[in-house]
Amino acid sequence: MSHQARDLAATRTHAPHTSMFLRMLVRAAILRRGRAASALFAMVVAAAVATAMLNLYVDVQAKLQREFRNYGANIILVGKDGTSLPAGTLAQVDSELAGRGIAAPFGLVVARTADGQPIVVAGIDFDRVKQLDRWWSVSAWPTTANQVLIGVRALPLVSPKNQAFDLTFQGHTLHVNQAGTVQTGAAEDSRIYVSLAEFVSWTGVQPSTIEVAANGSPEEVAAVMNQLAQALPAADVRPVRQIMEGEARVLGKTRATLLAAASLIILTAALCVLSTLMGWVFDRRRDFAIMKALGASERLLNGFFAAEAAALGATGAMIGFLVGIGIAAWIGRANFHAPVVPRFGVLPIVLAGSMAVTLISAILPISLLRRVQPAVILRGE
Amino acid sequence: MFVRLVYESFRRQKRRKILAGAAITLGVTVATAMIAVATDIGDKINRELRTIGANLVITPQEDSLDVEIGGVNLKPPTDGAFLSEADLPKIKGIFWHNNITAFAPMLPVNAAIERYGKRVEATLVGTYFAKQLSYGNETFTTGVRTTFPWWKVSGSWPHDNSMDVLLGERVAARLNEKAGDELIVYGLPTRVSGILSTGGAEDDEIVAPLAMAQGIIAKPDAVKRVYVSALTKPEDAFARRDPKSLSGAIYDRWYCTPYPQAIALQLTEVMSHSHAEQIRQVAQNEGAVLTRIEGLIFLITLAALFASGLAVSAAMATAIFERRAEVGLMKALGAGKFAVASVFFAEAALMALIGGAVGFGIGSALARQIGHSIFNSQISISPVLLPVILAIAVIVTFAGSAMAIRRAVSLDPVFALRGEL
Repeated sequence: MSHQARDLAATRTHAPHTSMFLRMLVRAAILRRGRAASALFAMVVAAAVATAMLNLYVDVQAKLQREFRNYGANIILVGKDGTSLPAGTLAQVDSELAGRGIAAPFGLVVARTADGQPIVVAGIDFDRVKQLDRWWSVSAWPTTANQVLIGVRALPLVSPKNQAFDLTFQGHTLHVNQAGTVQTGAAEDSRIYVSLAEFVSWTGVQPSTIEVAANGSPEEVAAVMNQLAQALPAADVRPVRQIMEGEARVLGKTRATLLAAASLIILTAALCVLSTLMGWVFDRRRDFAIMKALGASERLLNGFFAAEAAALGATGAMIGFLVGIGIAAWIGRANFHAPVVPRFGVLPIVLAGSMAVTLISAILPISLLRRVQPAVILRGE
Repeated sequence: MFVRLVYESFRRQKRRKILAGAAITLGVTVATAMIAVATDIGDKINRELRTIGANLVITPQEDSLDVEIGGVNLKPPTDGAFLSEADLPKIKGIFWHNNITAFAPMLPVNAAIERYGKRVEATLVGTYFAKQLSYGNETFTTGVRTTFPWWKVSGSWPHDNSMDVLLGERVAARLNEKAGDELIVYGLPTRVSGILSTGGAEDDEIVAPLAMAQGIIAKPDAVKRVYVSALTKPEDAFARRDPKSLSGAIYDRWYCTPYPQAIALQLTEVMSHSHAEQIRQVAQNEGAVLTRIEGLIFLITLAALFASGLAVSAAMATAIFERRAEVGLMKALGAGKFAVASVFFAEAALMALIGGAVGFGIGSALARQIGHSIFNSQISISPVLLPVILAIAVIVTFAGSAMAIRRAVSLDPVFALRGEL
C-alpha cells in the first residue's frame, strides 16, 4: 500500500459517518452520468413546464385585464339628476385614482350651426380621450387652439368643404377649424368635439360626465368605485355593466381553460418524471442488493434513496424554475407584447411538487425490491 | 418467427407493455384534448365576447343627424329616414347568416307617461325582446335578450306581442313605480312587467315592444336602427381595403371572409336604403382579445405536445433499457442489428397505434368534458384528425425509442447477459 493510499484510508476511518453517505450520493451520480443526467433532464423539463404554466395562469388575468382596458371606461360618474359636476371634480377623481386608472371628462351641449341646425357639441380633454377610448378612429388629433374633431356623419353638415365654421350656443359664437374626423360607429359620429377649456369658456357649462377606466381585478374596480362614491357625494357613480360583465365572463372562461390545460400538462410531465426515475432506481437494484448484503439497515437504504431523490428533485426544480420563468416571459412577450412577471410564489409549489414526485418514484421501486433477497438480485434473476 | 417474437413479447411482458402503453395513451390523450380545445377556442371565446353587445349597427342611409344626449333625443322622432321592419328577417339570409348570433331593432320615440296624474316626458324605445321570426324554412328567436345580455330585469320580460313595457330603473324611481303596476303611456293603458337595469342610457327610458313605438309615431314598419351581434374574424390589413377597389377573385375572398366590414356590406345589401357599420368600441377590441387568447392557447398546446412527446420517449427508453438481456440473447443467437432493431420498432409501432387510438378516444371525451364544463357547449373533434394523431403518435414513439434502441443493439451480448451494464 502506497503512502498516499494509507493516508487516504486513515482520513476515511476518522471521517464522520455522514461523509460516507454524501460520498455514496455523489459517486452514484457521477458514475452513472448518463442515467442521472437523463433523470435530471426529465425533472428539469417537468419543473420548467409546471413553472411556466403556473406563472401564466397567475399572470394571464392581469394581461387580459390590460387588453380589456382598451374597451374604455368601466366606471361612469354623472352629476346627480342630470346636473353638471362641480368644478374641480376631475382633480378630485385623479387624486382618488392615484394612478390606478385614467379619467376623462365630457361636457355636452346642443349648439346650432350657422344655418340653425341643432348639433351636439362635446368638450373633451383630447389627450385623456386618446388614452381612454383607443378605438376612436381619428384622422388627425387637434394640436392648436380652435381646432375641433368632427364626427364623420356631422362632417357634411358643418364643414363639407373643410372650411372653418361657427357654432352658436345661447348667443355665444365659437369659430372653429377642423383638425380631423372621428369615426366610431356610435353616437360620437354625429358630434363635434372641442377642447374642454374652450368648451367651458364658450358655454359656461362644466362637464357632466367623467368616464373612468380603473385597472385591476373586479374587486379592485369595485373598491375604486366605492372610494369615488364616498369622496364625491355630488356625483352618481355607476359601473359600466356591459364592459364589466363581458370582461368577467371572458376572463373566467380563459382562466378555466388554462387551468384545465395546465393540469393536463403538469400531470403528463409528472408522469414522465415518474417513469424515468422509477426506471433509474430499478436499474440500480444491484447497488441496492450490495448495500443490503454488506449489512445496510432498511432505514439507511430508504434514507439513501430518499436523499438521492430529494437532491435530484430540488436541483431539477431550481433549474426548471429558471427555465420555466424564461419560457413564461417569452410567451408573454410573443403573445401579449409584455413580459410575464416572474412569480416567486410559484417556486415553493414547484419545489414541493418535484420533491414529492421524485420521492414517490424512488420509494415505490424500493418497497418492491425490499421483499427480494439480495442474493437473488445479485445473481441477476 | 418475427411475428411470433413480437407476439410473445406482448404476451409475456404484460407489465412493461402496459406501462409504456399507458404513457403513450396519456400523451395522445393530452395532445388530442389540447388540439381540440385549441382549434375550437376561437369560436368559443368569440361567442363569449358577444356578451359585450352588438358589434354592428345598421342605420338608414339618408338619415339626419342624431341630436341625442344621454339617451334623450332632442329631435322630433318622426324626423329623418327609417329602415323597414319587413326587411329584418332577410338578415338571416346573408352569406354569413350562421355567424349572426342575434339582432335587435330599435325605434326611439318621445312619449308622455302618466301615473296618478303625474306626467313625465321620456324616451320610449320600441324593440324585440325575444321575437320569433322566420326566413325561408328557418325560424329563429332574436332580440335584446340575446344582443344585450347584461340587461337585468326585476320582474318579467314583456312578451313581444303584448302591450307590456319595461321601465328603466331611474324612471321607475322617479315615478315610484314597480313591476306589475299599471301605467299610461301616450294615452294607452299598459302594464309594467319589469324594471330594467342596464347601467346605461336605458335606465332613463322605457323599453316597449316595437309595434307600440310604431303606433305612437303612426309609422308601422319603421325602425330607426338595428344592432347586430355577429361572430367576426379579427380585422387585418386585407379587411380594411376598399371592396370597390378589389378585383374578381380577391373581392370574392374579401366578401367570403367574416370580417366586420364584409358582414356590414352584406347587411346593407339585404336592408334597403341602409348603411351598416361596425361599432368600433366592440368590434375593434374583440379582435385584439381574441387574437391574444388564441395565441396563448396555441402556445400552450405546443407545450402540451412537447410534454406528451417527452413522456412517451421517456417511457419507451425505460422499457427498452430494461430489456438489454433479451437483446444480448438475440444477438448471441446470431441476430443482426437490423433484426433486433426491427423487432423493437415493430413493437413500438404496435403500441403507438393501440395507445394512440385509445388516447384519441379518451382525449375526445376529455375535450368534450372541458367544452361542457367551461363553455356549456360542445367541443367536437373531427374524425379526420385520427390518422394525423396516430401518425404523430407513431413518429413520437419511434423518435423516443430510437436512441434507446440504438444503444441496445450496439451492446456487447456478453456484458448484456451478465447484466454488467
